[in-house]
Amino acid sequence: MGLELYLDLLSQPSRAVYIFAKKNGIPFELRTVEVLKGQHLSKEFFQVNSLHRVPVLKDGDFILTESVAILIYLSIKYQTADYWYPPDLQARARVHEYLGWHADCIRGTFGVSLWTRVVAPLIGAQVPEEKVKRNRAIMDQALQQLEDKFLGDRAFLTGQQLTLADLMALEELMQPVALGYDLFEGRPRLAAWRGRVEAFLGAELCQEAHSPILSILEQAAKKTLPVPPPEAYPNMLLRIAKIP
Amino acid sequence: MGLELYLDLLSQPCRAVYIFARKNGIPFELRTVELLKGVMLPVFLGEPVSPQMLAATLAELDETLQLLEDKFLQNKAFLIGSHISLADLVAITELMHPVGAGCQVFEGRPKLAAWRQRVEAAVGEDLFQEAHKVILKVKDSPPADPTIKQKLMPGLLAMIR
Repeated sequence: MGLELYLDLLSQPSRAVYIFAKKNGIPFELRTVEVLKGQHLSKEFFQVNSLHRVPVLKDGDFILTESVAILIYLSIKYQTADYWYPPDLQARARVHEYLGWHADCIRGTFGVSLWTRVVAPLIGAQVPEEKVKRNRAIMDQALQQLEDKFLGDRAFLTGQQLTLADLMALEELMQPVALGYDLFEGRPRLAAWRGRVEAFLGAELCQEAHSPILSILEQAAKKTLPVPPPEAYPNMLLRIAKIP
Repeated sequence: MGLELYLDLLSQPCRAVYIFARKNGIPFELRTVELLKGVMLPVFLGEPVSPQMLAATLAELDETLQLLEDKFLQNKAFLIGSHISLADLVAITELMHPVGAGCQVFEGRPKLAAWRQRVEAAVGEDLFQEAHKVILKVKDSPPADPTIKQKLMPGLLAMIR
């Protein structure tokens, strides 16, 4: 068995891994794990990742979780072009500098709206409006820091070339956009950066990777979303309860 | 100017960087940055955190510790294998944080306690104690002065949530 990637394109880090593998022509078997159907909680998937999360990489007997670890592993194993994960010490350090901040300030925060706008109504859970407002305020603050500290006048987040940092950031920022908050509006610098990243990745690949999340609100309105099974409820309710 | 490290030993990631540089004999100028002038919740607020919030936080801590033991440590000597790595350094400095607040994370967790001993031995007891002396003294600090408290209150409340 060759390389397997366990992904759900509704998940931001899953999209980053998917886009990276496709863009670099890395051959893999796609193993879709549909979180809305509770598939991440199945006994089978537990054997792959006991933490019930996607993405996961399986390379023969080697199983690896955590999107950043997966991206770095793929970039080294498949010897992708230098710009993704530059060999120069300081350039590489900048990528890690961004990813460290991203883990604290972007991850978690930018994913909240899928849970408040789609999952909670789907399972009949209530989310206080106060939490939604707070999430928006935290996102706005993070976006300001992203623009001022990481982007600045540069073409990309860590310099004049695209890196893994830009891919991870784009996929996170697309999440609230898909859920109805156009955070690029009124932020011309960020919007221009987004344009550059998407042009680099290719419109077709972006379209392919983004279409499930971009159509989620429409599916919710038409009531064509999968109904989560009851055994998925506790896990989903816990995730919703953790929203600050 | 050579290498400069801006650190506050109250901060977990700062401790990890400090220990790593010292242990490896990396020469640097220490630039101490005092983030909170030596205070911590709930002592800092001088007000008790609600019992529900405290219970929820402790429950989450407990869950995380279990995951650390079951998924990452398992039966190995260190988190990644038989030798200390950056992962152990980052983890130990985080775990020492609640200890500083009076929460005995290693009590009743012999596997984690044994791992802590190994990490401490690998780092060197003196260096380990030195890096942690600020955080371990914190619960004995007096409450903050009211003007600092007012300034930092919104940020701190956001953190508890």
